[in-house]
Amino acid sequence: MPALVPAAASQRLFYSGNEAVARAVWEAGTKVAAAYPGTPATEIQEELARYPDLYTEWSVNEKVSLEVAVGASMAGARSFCAMKHVGMNVASDALMTLTITGTMGGLVIAIADDVGLSSSQNEQDSRFWGRFAHIPLLEPADSQEAYDMAKAAFALSEQYETPVILRLTTRVCHVKGRVQVGEREVHAPTGFKKDPAHWVMVPAFARARLPRLFERERALLEYAQNGEWNRLETGTDRRLGFIASGPAYMHVREAFPEAPVLKLGLSYPVPVALARQLADLVDKVLVVEETEPLVETELRAAGLTVHGKDVLPRTGELPPEVLRPAVARLLGGAAVEADPAPPPKVFPRPPTLCAACPHMGIYYTLSQLKNLIITGDIGCYTLGAGHPWNALDSCISMGASMGMALGLDKARGDADQGKRILAVIGDSTFMHMGMQGLLNITYNRGNVTVLLLDNRAVGMTGGQDNPGSGRDIHGEPAPRVDFAKLVEALGVRKERIRVVNPYELPTLFKTIREEIKADEPSVIISDQPCVLIGDYKKLRPLAVLEDQCTGCGNCVEVGCPAILVTRRDRVVKASGKEVDLAFVRIETAACTGCDMCMKTCAPEAIVPAESAAGIGVISVKRS
Amino acid sequence: MTNSDSPTTNILVVGIGGQGVMTAAEILAEAALSIGLDVKKTEVAGMSQRGGVVTSHLRMGARVLSPQIAPGQADLLLGFEPAEAMRWSHYLRPRGAVVVNTLRLTPPVVTLGLYDYPEDPVAVIRSKGMRVRDFDAGAVARKLGDLRLVNSVMLGAVADALPFPAEALKSCLLSRFASKGESILDLNRQAFAAGRQLAAQEH
Repeated sequence: MPALVPAAASQRLFYSGNEAVARAVWEAGTKVAAAYPGTPATEIQEELARYPDLYTEWSVNEKVSLEVAVGASMAGARSFCAMKHVGMNVASDALMTLTITGTMGGLVIAIADDVGLSSSQNEQDSRFWGRFAHIPLLEPADSQEAYDMAKAAFALSEQYETPVILRLTTRVCHVKGRVQVGEREVHAPTGFKKDPAHWVMVPAFARARLPRLFERERALLEYAQNGEWNRLETGTDRRLGFIASGPAYMHVREAFPEAPVLKLGLSYPVPVALARQLADLVDKVLVVEETEPLVETELRAAGLTVHGKDVLPRTGELPPEVLRPAVARLLGGAAVEADPAPPPKVFPRPPTLCAACPHMGIYYTLSQLKNLIITGDIGCYTLGAGHPWNALDSCISMGASMGMALGLDKARGDADQGKRILAVIGDSTFMHMGMQGLLNITYNRGNVTVLLLDNRAVGMTGGQDNPGSGRDIHGEPAPRVDFAKLVEALGVRKERIRVVNPYELPTLFKTIREEIKADEPSVIISDQPCVLIGDYKKLRPLAVLEDQCTGCGNCVEVGCPAILVTRRDRVVKASGKEVDLAFVRIETAACTGCDMCMKTCAPEAIVPAESAAGIGVISVKRS
Repeated sequence: MTNSDSPTTNILVVGIGGQGVMTAAEILAEAALSIGLDVKKTEVAGMSQRGGVVTSHLRMGARVLSPQIAPGQADLLLGFEPAEAMRWSHYLRPRGAVVVNTLRLTPPVVTLGLYDYPEDPVAVIRSKGMRVRDFDAGAVARKLGDLRLVNSVMLGAVADALPFPAEALKSCLLSRFASKGESILDLNRQAFAAGRQLAAQEH
């Protein structure tokens, strides 16, 4: 990734929330920043890595990234880590004690929630961590606030000796707006000071520090009430007052420009006194929060009468078109604007594996085998659950394919005796949280066949590097993990570790068949790179000889998006059996010549495009 | 183009991953910023790289609050693929403007026979009373010698339907190719002009 020459101070730049956070973290004089990629947070660290004069890394998981940041804070340096919402579940073990030790150098944790679930397995609300860990939580509404809050969060962290959460959502991370930027500050690390009572959290030391947690929380409540981040906008239409934070504030302002609004920027601790002031001003109060009724519950507990999720949806975003009808109903009688036309009915276009994706060979092969239970994991290869493969039976959390496979193995009753249990996991997910699960399988004598899909990248988030790629965050050479050695060290017998090229379909088929028959754990490592990274080399594209295609449809089952059906037919065979036919062509411009479809084509109708052109059957002129 | 009772112009750019939707939206945003408008731009594209739907919401005006365009509020829809333009057509205001590339991209679910591709998506949009300009931008680009010119053709086609002069868009577009040499710059200039001309023709 090219290094970045930071834009001069006081310029107004068109930044996404993620870019704005990166700029602020750099300006704050941060020395160490660690992260594991995850939508919608990924670009914060990608961007930060391009700035000069700070250390950045891709960590193997979010817990490690937070611990790296804690170590840096312990050395008196400003430190940062960024993750998606589910990442904090992994990192929370560190967080829940970090809140007791507190910080030395300012420590800010950006957590990005996927409100609306565009690229995640759940829609959890990270604002709970503020309350759970008794730490302050800032919620920017747009790029400018993301910048302002991220920068200020470091000073807040140092003043109150606490980690600070910067809670983002997709509509901050991936929204671009104008941002006024400033200068980089210098914050030299103050240095490590030996202080076991502060950092060694054995019960006696931790117990002694616990009361500080609540003293700090009281002080932070004071700050939430009187500080700069929470403000009451009095408005003129006093029928209904709003309490809103994050992008929901922008939606409220857009839809109800005259309404009084308590704008929450520091939403934990909840500034109850400000909410009372709003309540005194208006007839009714509506709390607009994405996604859980957190502030609402807190205010109700404090004795305020407020509305919230009784009139608003429990899930998803709360844009103006959702707010307007709900508010009209709440105010009673007011006319709701006519519903816009319903969405037209168009086929879905779910994400799918890329043309020539090495995972496609794996899923094509798995789809041809019977009596399998296949636990899946998180990454591009989760798409194997979709058509045409339907070759995954689960997706829960990072690394879950391992533990779940063992559970299925140990719990199997009569109905599942003949079934083979497989787990499919990618390289990065394996290193994130899968290795322990494999160790657990070998230690507990489970019988699981693990397919370790090593494509040398964190594919789904854009091909970031990891210890399996042999490159660091800057693309520089780094030690590369040897997966065969690693899984052997985790207890898999050498004979049961197989490395395969997933494009070699017959070999792959044979290897999987052999390994699922073994009565002990085995690991099949697929070793071809993601087609979206530099390691992948395109080959000559293919084309279909139209007059040779018999319409058998075998190639369609590979699932390649470059194979298109041109005509369907139904014939009755001599046996009287009806057979559906699908005649195909190949989108030559999209084909990179992996040859998987060719291997499924009995009449040999799929050939290199040049030779097809030579025969004159099909024009394959490339632009 | 700009709805007179709305101070904000809403532009929806739609297509599928890899078509240049986000780049087109970015250039439109830069152009609006260059003449002093406030702009917000948002897209949900988490998994779009894998052949999924990409939509970019672009809002410009004196001050923009919410980044999202509500259904029924888009002034202009720029569609890189006809079925995608149809999918989002309910986001348009009555008599909204549509510029759409007619090149069809068939997804695997259609190839597998699970769904049908709409017979004539552009006709559906037109039947709702929208002002549609449709053409094969790929053919125009190929004629000029490079399929990658599609983006410049499409931007040219919306250039006269914006709340700012076409020249502002043109200069933002061309500045992207300033370092690529005069011949590439000229090809993009021609593509932009061709798009403008296509949009100006009666349909």
